[in-house]
Amino acid sequence: MSAPASKLVSMHEAIAEHVPSGAMVLLGAQLEQMIPFAAGHELIRQSRRELTLVGPISDILFDQLIGAGCAARVMAAWVGNVSAGLGYCFRRAVEQNIPRPVQTVDYSNFTVALALHAGALGVPFMPTYSTLGSDLLKKNGNLREFPSPVNEEKLIAVRALRPDVAIIHAQRADPQGNAHLWGNLGVAVDGARASRKVIVIAEEIVAPEIIASDPNRTLIPGFLVSAVVHEPWGAHPSPVQGYYGRDHAFFTQYHEQSRTLADFESWLQRWVNGLPDRRAYMDQLGACRSEALGVKEHAYSAPADFGF
Amino acid sequence: MSLPAQPEALARGYSLGEQMVAAAAREVRDAELVFVGMRLPLLAFLVAKRTHAPRAIGLYENGVIRETPAPQMLYTMADPPNLLRATECGQMLDVMGLLQQGRVDVGFLGAAEIDRFGNLNTTWGHRGGKTIRLPGSGGACDIACLARRTVVLLEHERARLVERVSYMTSPGHGSGNGWRRAQGLPARTGPSAIITTMGVLRFTPDGEACLASVHPGVRVEDVLSQTGWSLRIAENLGETPAPSDAELAALRALDPDRFWTRQR
Repeated sequence: MSAPASKLVSMHEAIAEHVPSGAMVLLGAQLEQMIPFAAGHELIRQSRRELTLVGPISDILFDQLIGAGCAARVMAAWVGNVSAGLGYCFRRAVEQNIPRPVQTVDYSNFTVALALHAGALGVPFMPTYSTLGSDLLKKNGNLREFPSPVNEEKLIAVRALRPDVAIIHAQRADPQGNAHLWGNLGVAVDGARASRKVIVIAEEIVAPEIIASDPNRTLIPGFLVSAVVHEPWGAHPSPVQGYYGRDHAFFTQYHEQSRTLADFESWLQRWVNGLPDRRAYMDQLGACRSEALGVKEHAYSAPADFGF
Repeated sequence: MSLPAQPEALARGYSLGEQMVAAAAREVRDAELVFVGMRLPLLAFLVAKRTHAPRAIGLYENGVIRETPAPQMLYTMADPPNLLRATECGQMLDVMGLLQQGRVDVGFLGAAEIDRFGNLNTTWGHRGGKTIRLPGSGGACDIACLARRTVVLLEHERARLVERVSYMTSPGHGSGNGWRRAQGLPARTGPSAIITTMGVLRFTPDGEACLASVHPGVRVEDVLSQTGWSLRIAENLGETPAPSDAELAALRALDPDRFWTRQR
């Protein structure tokens, strides 16, 4: 029996092959943890256009993609800078069509999660009480009020979302894409299942035996995965539990350096378009800073016994 | 921001932001299940845990459930210290399910704008006559719809406490008593308190906010002039207790650089 083919590719190849302009892309599935910034920056470098961005928040990654002109539509609960405040690129795009107009489809976090859950379950919608009475309900056509068929209540049907591709950051994966994730999971598990393709970005590539040793932690099975990218520090400045912390200062600096269009363009040139890849980005960030963000004290979980 | 002088606050060296967070922390009762929102509420919950509510349980929309307070200051709910030795790290639906079941006693929110019936707007703001796009709901609409009590924190400015929000991101009492039930929102849910930099507002049975207490050194007339509707005053209007030594100690230990409470 031959070993299954490796799906390991470079970030450049993964984005070139699987994320065309016009695609609906799920990013930031784990909320403030493990945001796939390196993948987002490659989308910018490869000049993707007319993307639909889907995710609960994605912190400043959505702001950067919008500022770089990659997005035509955002289907999200929150777009901004979680620790610093507003997203200036998001504001410029929505208020002034700079650099291009962006349509917003406003959700709450729960309704994003339910839309992906419906997609993952293969049903057209999921019911909820959330958003009843709100203006989210009035403005977002994917939220529809309906009478409950089993009692006298009103409910909201949250229409299923099936993104073209989910880009999910994981701590470790094997070359077939079986991925171990830990920490807060957000909408990653449903997001991967709801999407037509999955790209796994991993801090480490490990042998299949390591993944198979703990199947409860395998939250994305490899057969759903189209490409695996080994990209250490690929989520910086967001944190990856057990690998590095959140670079709070980077978020604050981005806030200051994206206030005007000219400032944002310099930021984009310095941190994305002027660099070939994540390795160059980390070189520019400097060993001092990455060392300061590294794990100071490891905290391993106890092993689970799968023996019989 | 034009705010009155704060003799009491200045004398004891705490900021209005610290007063606001301390007052918010007191809305948590011990052993309650608390849905903790982003930004300032992260700090308010930790202060409650370290003072009067050590058995409160925190739910975070990223999927984290915590019974022990995070060992460090949090900038976001997914900062690594909030995950280390958590009670559970799960999916968003795990915690949102608990919220929708009606198990969550109190949910905390920040807001850009709030109106006399406790409706929140975090989607479209107004600055200098211009409409500006704000980040949006996050989990706020979910918490406002589904938590038994919702507590809102915001700076007390006339531009933020408005007669009627222009966009209702997160429903309070809508247009008054009975509105929530008419919309189909679950019974026994809704806004409970608005904690500002000037005082605490609570809700009358008809669903309207009224001034329940002013922070030490704040004059009622200044609260009224900084509120965008004719704010009713509770018959038993009181003074918000100043932050206690224990609350200030917790605030300073958790946020030594006053990242969340500076200039408020």
